[in-house]
Amino acid sequence: MIATLRLSARNLMRYQRRTWLTAGLITIGVVAMLLFVSAAGSFKNVMIGQITDSMIGHLQVHRKGYVASVDNLPLNLNIGAKMLDKVKAELATEPGIAATSVRLKLGAMFSNYTETTSIRLNGIDPQAEDATVPGLRTRISEGDKTGPLVAPGQLLIPELIAKGFKVKVGDTVVLVATNRDGSVNGKNFTVRGVLEQVTGPGGRDGYLHQDDARELLRMEEPEAMEIAIRLHDMGALPAVEASLGAKLEKLVNKEGKPVLELHSWKALSPFANIAGMIDLMTMFIRVMLVAIVLVSVMNVMLMAVYERIREIGTLAAIGTPPRRILGLYVGEGLLLGLIGAAVGVALSLAVVALLNVYPLQFPFGRQIITLQPTLSIAEIATVALLVVGMAVLASLQPAWRASRMDPIQALRHV
Amino acid sequence: MPLIEARGISRIYKTGDVEIAALRDISLRIDEREFVAFVGPSGSGKTTLLNLVGCLDHPSSGTLTVMGTDVARLGRTAAAAFRGEHLGFVFQEFNLVPVLSAYENVEYPLLMVRNWPPDKRRAQVMKLLDAVGMTDQAYKRPDQLSGGQKQRVAVARALVSEPQLVLADEPTANLDHDSAHKVLTLMKQLRDDTGVTFVFSTHDPKIMEAAERTLVLEDGHLVREQRA
Repeated sequence: MIATLRLSARNLMRYQRRTWLTAGLITIGVVAMLLFVSAAGSFKNVMIGQITDSMIGHLQVHRKGYVASVDNLPLNLNIGAKMLDKVKAELATEPGIAATSVRLKLGAMFSNYTETTSIRLNGIDPQAEDATVPGLRTRISEGDKTGPLVAPGQLLIPELIAKGFKVKVGDTVVLVATNRDGSVNGKNFTVRGVLEQVTGPGGRDGYLHQDDARELLRMEEPEAMEIAIRLHDMGALPAVEASLGAKLEKLVNKEGKPVLELHSWKALSPFANIAGMIDLMTMFIRVMLVAIVLVSVMNVMLMAVYERIREIGTLAAIGTPPRRILGLYVGEGLLLGLIGAAVGVALSLAVVALLNVYPLQFPFGRQIITLQPTLSIAEIATVALLVVGMAVLASLQPAWRASRMDPIQALRHV
Repeated sequence: MPLIEARGISRIYKTGDVEIAALRDISLRIDEREFVAFVGPSGSGKTTLLNLVGCLDHPSSGTLTVMGTDVARLGRTAAAAFRGEHLGFVFQEFNLVPVLSAYENVEYPLLMVRNWPPDKRRAQVMKLLDAVGMTDQAYKRPDQLSGGQKQRVAVARALVSEPQLVLADEPTANLDHDSAHKVLTLMKQLRDDTGVTFVFSTHDPKIMEAAERTLVLEDGHLVREQRA
């Protein structure tokens, strides 16, 4: 085996320029692939992190039908107090859950006493919300980023309204909301902070204390429109979703039908589709890499076989077993793949390290995204194995041809 | 037991509907330690006969045994194994592997065909390089050697795995007279030293004189036999 590979390496060095060109082409393919994967992965992670850490959480529980009509912020699709206790009990049994936040979602009229507009609001328990979406406080662009997110009587307002209505931190505003029965209630609030808007649902919502939300909605009991859930490990999302989904399915109404629905962030945010497209593009790039390796290695190996027909005849004549001749040519393909993959991975790691020292930033909507690309061992191993596997595959046909060559015909070749 | 025994062998090639008989009804016997030449003009069938004896081709009819083995029955892999174990080859154009040194070319059959252990391999290679007078040139590549030197390396490669039979197809055709004479003298000397049988083809009258026995071929027929 080692002897075969050594001879394969010597053969590759016959035509050094061709060998380095082919290995270089494979290297470029590997670098392009790994850099795309790391940059796209970084973008995905930043966006998903922002969506899940500052708004949605990893999972959400609603009463059935609520998500379908979430744009209207319905008040008649609440999770009642008794059901809420049952849900909390089930959530407590799920070891993958790190934190949960019960939210009261409502629409209200926002007024600075001279102008009025509509606003979407979340009534929250500040501590629970902080634990569930720790990124929310990082969006506070004006106001104190430390301390409780909101205290009773305080309001976090979206940037759009703050700018449009020229409202500053410390100003007094009034919220007027209609409750489930149709009666109207109003309350004064102090602006505690201004929130940067982010892409996605809830990215332009305001926040108030849950006690204030209950008061505005004249809610007697602790009900909820939404329960946001944070997991210890995002990788465990499918497992927790399946496990929790099964548990919630057992919580039924008087007719014996399930009353709750569980959604992951993927079902709640349109960015999941963008993430899916990024994955699809990654697959296309992989296909291109496969094509580059297949075509370049096969081309080189076909030429190598054609140029060395007489030599193949000699080796076969002096008794070299066909499998050994096959091994010689497969070995050349293997080495080309190994060189291309090794240099490509090394270069990619160097570029990724450089991008972490000098990070790339680009605007995305009203946000500035900072890319911090990383390469996982799994991704490197996948690409390296793909390249080496394809290089071996590409050399198989020429190698097979060489091993099956008739020695007499080969020796006669001019 | 004869080393090579052919009985009524023919080799017919088909090109479309046309049949060309390269060899017709050849019967011969070659014993151990012989130094035999197949002679005849171009197209007489010398190379075809060498190819059949060398298990590189199969006769269309007749029986051919080499060292007691009916070589016509050997498949591709078995024929390769038989060649690797029992036969050595010397080619007209030397056919050394250009990326390997003289030493490595001689070592090749032991390394890639016979799988000898390193120490034994090295001793054997050096013995053969010494026998052909190429020790000083051991680490030169073929493109750094003269034609005569290349053929001496090729002879060493043919003998390194201790075959019973060495087949040489026009081994001196690409050499000047002096080099050709030296290579033939070397082959004969090695036959005397090792007991290996040499069968070679030539159309050069001066070279055929070196053979102890010549089998003359014309148009695929074995027309006569001469002993020195």
